[in-house]
Amino acid sequence: MGATWVFAEITPDGVYPGTLELLTKARSLDTDVAAVALGPGATSAAAELGAHGARTVYASDDEAFADHPGRVAAHTLHALIGRDAPSLILFPGTYEGRDVAGCLQALTGSTLMANATDIESAQRARTEIFGGTKIVDVDLAGPEPRLVLVRPKSFPAEPSGGTADVVTVDTVTPPGPTATVVERHAEAASGPKLEEANVVIAGGRGLGGPEPFSMLDDLAAAIGGAAVGASRAAVDAGWVPYAYQVGQTGKTVKPEVYIAAGISGALQHVVGMKGAKRIVAINKDADAPILKMADLGVIGDLFEIVPALTEEVRRRASS
Amino acid sequence: MNVTVLVKFVPNPTGTPALGPDNLLVRDAGDGALDPGDEYGLELALQLVETGGGEVTVVSMGPAEALAGLQRGLAMGAHRGVMVTDPGLRGADTLVTARVLAAAVARSPYDLVIAGVESTDGYTGTMPTTLAESLGVASITAVRKLEPDGDDFRAERQTESGFDVLTAPKPAVITVTAGATQPRYPSLKGIMAAKSKPVETVSAADLGVTDLAATQTVAAVTDAPAKAGGEIVTGDDAVVRIADFLADAKVI
Repeated sequence: MGATWVFAEITPDGVYPGTLELLTKARSLDTDVAAVALGPGATSAAAELGAHGARTVYASDDEAFADHPGRVAAHTLHALIGRDAPSLILFPGTYEGRDVAGCLQALTGSTLMANATDIESAQRARTEIFGGTKIVDVDLAGPEPRLVLVRPKSFPAEPSGGTADVVTVDTVTPPGPTATVVERHAEAASGPKLEEANVVIAGGRGLGGPEPFSMLDDLAAAIGGAAVGASRAAVDAGWVPYAYQVGQTGKTVKPEVYIAAGISGALQHVVGMKGAKRIVAINKDADAPILKMADLGVIGDLFEIVPALTEEVRRRASS
Repeated sequence: MNVTVLVKFVPNPTGTPALGPDNLLVRDAGDGALDPGDEYGLELALQLVETGGGEVTVVSMGPAEALAGLQRGLAMGAHRGVMVTDPGLRGADTLVTARVLAAAVARSPYDLVIAGVESTDGYTGTMPTTLAESLGVASITAVRKLEPDGDDFRAERQTESGFDVLTAPKPAVITVTAGATQPRYPSLKGIMAAKSKPVETVSAADLGVTDLAATQTVAAVTDAPAKAGGEIVTGDDAVVRIADFLADAKVI
């Protein structure tokens, strides 16, 4: 059997934390674990990747990987695969991970499983469907390497204390047309970071517009140290920026308390918040799926309950 | 400019999904719909041809029932449809799907192919990139704004921390984020007109794709451990109960 590789996503802030989770899992599957880190900052990330289980880090600091997202990395990975023949490659389930894995699949013709929550071997992985109510074990077949995109926070990131040999990678310039990044823009979010907040208060379609999010801001301020998030429905509607989004294509949060206001509980949202220690759901629809997973489900009008709760929290704080 | 939009017919997004005896998602329960995530890209396509001329083709793959999704696209204003339906494609994985759809797309000239970022039933989010590489054209994912710029497209791509601007030469494949546009509702006139628009129905063999074997098979489906039943409250006590709950959790 060939090695297990982890695609190490390199962001402007360093190694994407999900990469370290994948390395932790990979070393429980295989003694021969390598990370592939492509883009500016890759070489300096090698020590951290080694300390989480990569024995080899294939690295390149070439700007081309950041300037042409997905495709250059996929073609470079394809060349490495041709040389060193891994059996399994794990990717973080991010936009970047999806783009690289999706392009690579066209080159290798190998299987690509998305949304994995656990990996048993290069032949079998696990996912959850229907809001996490069903567990599905999937047999993987076809040519190696098998490609698996893993949901963030499926595993803890634990250091191994190891060190990695760094192998410098030559960039493969793909044939044909490739998209190019010509500008980068940051959109700053205010308040505590969603992923780090002790309490997350999230609003969904039930809020009906952008203005009611100020009610959630008020409650967050009354609780103190709380962050405001949103479901994809509210982000799609343009009520709040993408940075608020909790769920499959947004942030994964694990706060002490998650308060879902006017959120029905679609699968795509649930996967981003089901790791919360305690869940409170406020919904006027008694059949909303979110009420089934809530520790405290409140059936009622959030436009009355949220402001009253803010008052109650303030009253207790001052008494 | 000719735009091809990939659309998917999905089980009712607000209903309760179910697995059949073969452990595949039940797709013919009669209450399916065009994936709401596809309407943003369809709207973008319609706007592009309204300003720049050309035609919008909608392409879908699925069981016979999925024609209803294609028809909604035609009712919104697309000019023609291609429906790929084949019993051999039941349970198709992303590689087979990408190869089949790439072959369907390549049958007619296109400047742009648009898909959703991810489907509402599968959430895979990789198929359009695989399709682009199979077609040998550039791709940009998670696009929230796009405009033609001479021989190129110029797109804003959603990122974790903001957005990037990318350029890609025509033809290109993009995925469009939900919320990128405000999809129109089909008018009565549009619904009537859709009935006479050309729809071509093809099989995988018609497209020259013969290897339909899926590389992923479901080995087992089990129920996740049930979560202990939570407490449900209604009425006037709710506010005090939530506050007590937050106090128990030591967050207030």
